[in-house]
Amino acid sequence: MCLAIPALITELREGELARVDMGGVSKEISLALLNDCEVGEWVIVHVGYALRKLDPMESEKTLLLFATAAPSL
Amino acid sequence: MKYLEAFRDGDLARRLAVVIAAEADARRRYRLMEFCGGHTHTLARYGLERLLPDNVEMIHGPGCPVCVLPTGCIEAALDLARRPGVILCSYGDMLRVPGKNGATLMKSRAAGADVRMIYSTLDALNIAQEHPEHEVVFFAIGFETTTPPTAVVVKEARRLGLKNFMVLCNHVLTPAAMEGILDVPAAEAVHVDGFIGPGHVSTVIGSHPFERFASNYGYPVVITGFEPLDILQAIRQLIRQLNEGRAELENEYSRVVSREGNLKAQALMAEVFELRDEFEWRGLGILPHSALKLRAAFAEYDAEARFAITQEAIPDHKACECAAVLRGAKRPEQCKVFATVCTPDNPLGSCMVSSEGACAAHYSYGRFVNTAPTSNVPSP
Amino acid sequence: MKRPKEFFPPLDLVRGRVELSHGSGGRATAQLIEELFVAVFDNDWLRAMNDQAAFEPPPGRLVLTTDSFVVSPLFFPGGDIGSLAVHGTVNDIAMAGARPLYLSASFIIEEGFPLADLRRIVDSMAEAARATGVAIVTGDTKVVERGKGDGVFINTTGVGSVPPEVNLGADRARPGDKIILSGSIGDHGVAILSRREHLQFETELRSDSAALHELVAIMIAAAPDLHCLRDPTRGGLAAVLNEWAHQSGVGMLIRERAIPVRPAVSAACEFLGLDPLYIANEGKLVAVCPPQCANDLVAVMRRHPLGKDAAVIGEVRADEHRFVEMETAFGGKRLVDWLSSDPLPRIC
Repeated sequence: MCLAIPALITELREGELARVDMGGVSKEISLALLNDCEVGEWVIVHVGYALRKLDPMESEKTLLLFATAAPSL
Repeated sequence: MKYLEAFRDGDLARRLAVVIAAEADARRRYRLMEFCGGHTHTLARYGLERLLPDNVEMIHGPGCPVCVLPTGCIEAALDLARRPGVILCSYGDMLRVPGKNGATLMKSRAAGADVRMIYSTLDALNIAQEHPEHEVVFFAIGFETTTPPTAVVVKEARRLGLKNFMVLCNHVLTPAAMEGILDVPAAEAVHVDGFIGPGHVSTVIGSHPFERFASNYGYPVVITGFEPLDILQAIRQLIRQLNEGRAELENEYSRVVSREGNLKAQALMAEVFELRDEFEWRGLGILPHSALKLRAAFAEYDAEARFAITQEAIPDHKACECAAVLRGAKRPEQCKVFATVCTPDNPLGSCMVSSEGACAAHYSYGRFVNTAPTSNVPSP
Repeated sequence: MKRPKEFFPPLDLVRGRVELSHGSGGRATAQLIEELFVAVFDNDWLRAMNDQAAFEPPPGRLVLTTDSFVVSPLFFPGGDIGSLAVHGTVNDIAMAGARPLYLSASFIIEEGFPLADLRRIVDSMAEAARATGVAIVTGDTKVVERGKGDGVFINTTGVGSVPPEVNLGADRARPGDKIILSGSIGDHGVAILSRREHLQFETELRSDSAALHELVAIMIAAAPDLHCLRDPTRGGLAAVLNEWAHQSGVGMLIRERAIPVRPAVSAACEFLGLDPLYIANEGKLVAVCPPQCANDLVAVMRRHPLGKDAAVIGEVRADEHRFVEMETAFGGKRLVDWLSSDPLPRIC
């Protein structure tokens, strides 16, 4: 459940709001659930709110996990 | 799109499928439950089950907040929507869910009710500010992922001194639902070997609430992301755990899930909400401490308090087998009314109402496949 | 003695508003028609100020089609209700393989609607009609009380003529036929959604609203034995394929990887929980042709600006269940179901 997608913070705005970019589409969302966000950071967004920051290093690690799946013969 | 496309790579998916087939022990079956409706949706939308070996079976769990909401709750929302002067705001998911006699929020709009679809709780708050002469009620649904946004606007309404904004709170809790399907008498118990654990709920509450399903209940649990590669990787990890006789909590979705979760969001939820003693879940029955209501301190924003709503208990259709499907005891196609009388256009029960409900997902994406019914027999 | 010329103030197309009198059939109506519609659409039929337009019947079979346009917002990236009203009806004619000839245009305008906006819409229609080579030869104007209309509703009815060799029909898809799509899906629907209240998001995406008759003409020249043709408007590609499967008594298999989707459409669908297959298009077409024509057809389409991303996306096959299946990017399979209503954005 809970559709949430990765978004890049492109602008910080007053009232704990921010402009984020999601693959070429920009939207204003709320940062009220997070602290200390900066332009250039990635967050995941659900119903117009950033829920958590996305950790790029962990993301790379996860992708490596997939990639080390060498088919056994 | 960054952080999405890479997790949808078809070549990696095929390789993972090969590894899964290689690691799955042909002498046993693996029955894995994906709890979240979002995982059900991904499985169906990408046709992932067809990539799995025959002895790995996915059981669809009850993690669809739309599906588990009793008809009485929808009736309460309909009742409010029909009152003159009320603007009812709702997420899109609830607009076509039927209450009694097929009534829906969408249809009530046709009959003159002011029902507005919103994307974010902030939209509902804006509507309240723009229409001080109306009472604006936000129909709040969802698990812990969706609860903090409601908490934010309740506090914001207080800060702004709004007098016309209310929440009809139907937020429900995930660990309680998981217990609900596991804490049943032995005769009704569903055979499940492991869990694809909730992904976005865990970003908020952390992965630690799910540790007890491994340590106390003895099930392998993998907290999983929602992209197809996430799910395939999680299946691989669950199979490994089962092969090695382990029952641990693993976190595949580490790019956004941590053990403790989002403390700020948790604090906001604790400030605004408290536990209901019990709550009726469609298909799962009455579960204790499984849902939230607004604290007394926020009573002025509580639609239940301000409108004196009494909830009707409306039983499901006699032929509906959602209770069994939600617990994983039956597959959608084993229900006699599946795809005959009960369809997404005419849902008899909760599993068909939301696009991520087990029956709706199978109907929309997978009913062309004739899966042989599997029996609920424990693997050796 | 000559009557002195009466002074009737001209329409204030800058600050004026539409009034009930403009729809009452009297002098004000005549003024609106003359100073706006006739002036902008600018052809002999309209200048005659008759209630009807007469013309010689063209050779061949005629097609008649009608469509009403109620889009909101009225102005959106890539078009407006006016250009949509022309393109939409022209395309319905084109989907019969016919050459569009004449249009009528009826307006139902809400009292108080700004004349400047009406002018903008009419200009847009005139431009779309000119570019298409179609004349708007007759029309009607009604005005409804304030609050009883959504700004403006437009109906266009069109006439075209079909070349004799063309035989298109929803029931003509046959096992083995190829399915061809002219370009990316979801552009129009997402462009409209981006302007909807409480959903607002910014994107460079524009509606793909366009007249497809020229593209159709070259397709028919290259493949006269085309079986089916339609523009996937409301309900999207999924609706058209399911309708054809149903009426032809066949199944279909399409490939997700072959279907062009712009990144911005994907992104918008991601965060709204929508599926591009079900989203409206206003400048795309999908065709079913015998297998031996498919490659030539795609090559010919790609030489036209509106078909530059044309591709074979799947084939028709025998299936008593009439399912439309899609091979996902993974090689998994899923159904492309026939929805009964527009999908709504979801949170779950």
